[in-house]
Amino acid sequence: MIAAILALAVTTGIFLILAVALLIAERYLVNYGSCLVRINEGSVEFEQDGGGTLLAALYEHKVFIPSACGGKGSCGYCKVIVMQGGGPLLPTETPYINRSEVKAGVRLACQVKIKQPMELKLSEDLLNVREFKSRVSLIRELTHDIREVNLELIEPEEIKQRPGQYIQILAPGPDGPVFRAYSISSPAYETRKVQLVVRLVPGGIASTYIHNLRQGDEVIFTGPFGEFRLSEDSGKAVICVGGGAGMAPISNIIHTIYRRWPDRPCWLFFGCRTTNDVFYLDKFKKLAEKHPNFKVVYGLSDPLEEDEKWDGDTGFIHLSVDKRLPIQQSRQAFLCGPPPMIEAVTEVLKDKGLRDEDIFYDKF
Amino acid sequence: MNPTPLLALFIGSIFTNNILFASFLGMCSFLVCSNRISTAIGLGGAVTFVMTFTTAINYLIYHFVLLPLHLEFISFIIFIAVIAAFVQFVEMFVERFSPQLYYALGIFLPLITVNCAILGASLFMVLRKYNFMQSLTFGLGAGLGWALAIALMAGLREKMGYSNVPVALRGTGAVMLIAGVIAMVFTGFAGMMSLQ
Repeated sequence: MIAAILALAVTTGIFLILAVALLIAERYLVNYGSCLVRINEGSVEFEQDGGGTLLAALYEHKVFIPSACGGKGSCGYCKVIVMQGGGPLLPTETPYINRSEVKAGVRLACQVKIKQPMELKLSEDLLNVREFKSRVSLIRELTHDIREVNLELIEPEEIKQRPGQYIQILAPGPDGPVFRAYSISSPAYETRKVQLVVRLVPGGIASTYIHNLRQGDEVIFTGPFGEFRLSEDSGKAVICVGGGAGMAPISNIIHTIYRRWPDRPCWLFFGCRTTNDVFYLDKFKKLAEKHPNFKVVYGLSDPLEEDEKWDGDTGFIHLSVDKRLPIQQSRQAFLCGPPPMIEAVTEVLKDKGLRDEDIFYDKF
Repeated sequence: MNPTPLLALFIGSIFTNNILFASFLGMCSFLVCSNRISTAIGLGGAVTFVMTFTTAINYLIYHFVLLPLHLEFISFIIFIAVIAAFVQFVEMFVERFSPQLYYALGIFLPLITVNCAILGASLFMVLRKYNFMQSLTFGLGAGLGWALAIALMAGLREKMGYSNVPVALRGTGAVMLIAGVIAMVFTGFAGMMSLQ
């Protein structure tokens, strides 16, 4: 009995001594003092205690960098340009950074630790990113696994977005909160709300969270992110090709276009499996009646059932693009959908004479 | 008290009683991290460093705390705690003062905590009744022996990359066979002397 108590006391004592020794060591070894972080030659700057990651420090100072994996170094989204004070490139970063990016000083913000004063370069777009508090105002079932979710902004009340941009929703995950990216489907001129089109991915953390949301629930997100810019040249035709939840950015692009340029030529190609996967078709048909230069093509990849009626295309959507898209000079394409679809469509578009820089895509 | 002279202990712990090939301790990191000579040597160096110091620290704790209080039975848990804390400390120290080495070692540094050869060295120190200088020497020798073993294996595996290994043996299978052969070679040293 005495031996047991003694053993317990000695074990606790030695553990305590070790813990205290480690704490003291940490205090002197991991303390890098306060470091000045400057962004874009001083347009934003803050003092930060060294030792932590750059991503966490930026988040703390309301500079929101896209990140989907929660700082584990597995998504490669949180790229920033470190001009000074980043230290050597880490083995955890090398899979995500190619040679030309290494030369430019690109680093993963979640891996770089602040140990000395740092100089960063960020795009102005990223500095305009805000954290939004919103409330679910309306949910609509579009198909058996795709939902349209409308978020009414609470704080701040307005969002300035460009079509093709996305937001990052904060979703509770099993190992703490995670951010996941979703394209904005509401048009850019509707500044008081954000609409998303979300497909339920079996086992997906964020899509399950979003599909379980009820009207009135509060949702936190950051945004807008994304580099896509719609050409300002009204004579330039816009080609949108999508499938499934890839509808979101495309819906935004099309509505924004026809608010600003009612006569701008625009093609929408949308691929579905069966008639059960078709949505927004009526809405676009109405829009096409008002704007004769807007052409809508929906294609079904699976064969029709016996008694089904369908007046659209059949076969994969890249075949429809190949068949219907006329040769024309000035065009810009936006593709959003599964990787095989994007690859097939990209090939068709290149055959039709589009240049690489006019084809923008979002694979998921 | 163990009568083995220091030099004999040092040589013996590297060759005749190599902790990996004679006692088969530290096999997991030996199998996993022996793909390239450079990482093998880095890991071997780190293991040697940690083994030398933890054996010494554990000697002091064992002989000045546990033995007088008759608490030998908690030596396992205390030894492990000391090793874990020491590795943490080394990690912080290396990160601060030699970032290059820190990045070169990467994940291997924290992995040392779970290398059983290190705990094994501390337990042998108790079992064989070494004194302080002997413990220090044994820790250093056993560490160097482990480093030698993993460096040898990494060299062979690098060579093996160019040879035609039967499909069923590729990877760990061939490595286990080779480890067995090397172990037999090392037992050849045992005729010279043997540590007790």
